[in-house]
Amino acid sequence: MNKIVIEVMPKVEILDPQGKAILGALKRMGFNNFTEARQGKRFELTVDGEVTDEVLKAAHEAADKLLSNPVIEAVVNVSKMD
Amino acid sequence: MNNIFEETVRKDNEEFEKLMSGSLDDLLNNDDLNKNEQNDDIKIGVITFPGTLDDKDAMRAVRLAGASAVSLWHQDQDLKNVDAIVVPGGFSYGDYLRCGAISRFAPIMEKVVDAANGGMPVLGICNGFQILTESHLLPGALARNNHQKFICKEQSLRVENNNTAWTNRFGNKEEIVIPLKNGEGRFTADQKTIDELEGEGRVVFRYIDGNPNGSQNDIAGVTNKKGNVVGLMPHPEHAVEKGFGTLALGEEKGLRNRIDGLRFFQSTIDYLVNKVGE
Repeated sequence: MNKIVIEVMPKVEILDPQGKAILGALKRMGFNNFTEARQGKRFELTVDGEVTDEVLKAAHEAADKLLSNPVIEAVVNVSKMD
Repeated sequence: MNNIFEETVRKDNEEFEKLMSGSLDDLLNNDDLNKNEQNDDIKIGVITFPGTLDDKDAMRAVRLAGASAVSLWHQDQDLKNVDAIVVPGGFSYGDYLRCGAISRFAPIMEKVVDAANGGMPVLGICNGFQILTESHLLPGALARNNHQKFICKEQSLRVENNNTAWTNRFGNKEEIVIPLKNGEGRFTADQKTIDELEGEGRVVFRYIDGNPNGSQNDIAGVTNKKGNVVGLMPHPEHAVEKGFGTLALGEEKGLRNRIDGLRFFQSTIDYLVNKVGE
């Protein structure tokens, strides 16, 4: 079975309170190398057959219509999972 | 002075005894305590999605305001001839994916979008507001509160637009108190959208006495271009009955007799009655 990966991130200009909380925890734990943390979402969609261009196009459409909200989020990756 | 006090206590006790002597069912259905002019022929639908919490409160608010409440189910294909619609609060579909994102594609929402575009009054409360933004009936999005915490408080608001189908019973710039309870209520939109909303008077409610969640321009609620669709994060249906409403503006204790929420529902009844009369 083939899979398509879709990744969605909060837009750069939108405040990501979850990311900020994560960065705070990292610092408290002694991870001082990191200056920023942002949290996004990863979706895996499974198809029966091959991942054709048509299937990828449908995945892009699903990403734009349902899996992300363009007001606050950006689709950063739609690709076949290796 | 004492006599007035005693008289009040006596009346309250009588009322209490009267209530308690009935069955529990009578008590739960007793909407007589602050009954309004009845407009039973006006039907206001309240949608229930899996995970909706405040549908019963919203229906009760509709009845207290004087209209008939009609329960609508998310899988319904028709709107049962309602004259207006409330999309209530809660956690529809468990807030999975994004708040309101899955509800937007429920069968009934297609009908709601068509009806709203045709001018039917639609009110989105909290999760309902999130659903209306996801449905593109209202602009912007509701992001996680900037402080990451769930809020539950009585919130002061300023009515910035009293010309909508849901706010005509308020004064211009009137300050009101409505309960607020949410984790993702930070109104967010790009600058162009914010400028448009501000320029066209489409910010309906603004938080006052402090911004509770980091909303842009302190926005608590907005409307569409026609003014028939309104969405807000605070919960008017939780302030519709004396004794169970909110404290007075600026008060820290006392009787919860403030019922600003009722006027949302009375507004739309007025709006519908006047429209029929036109």
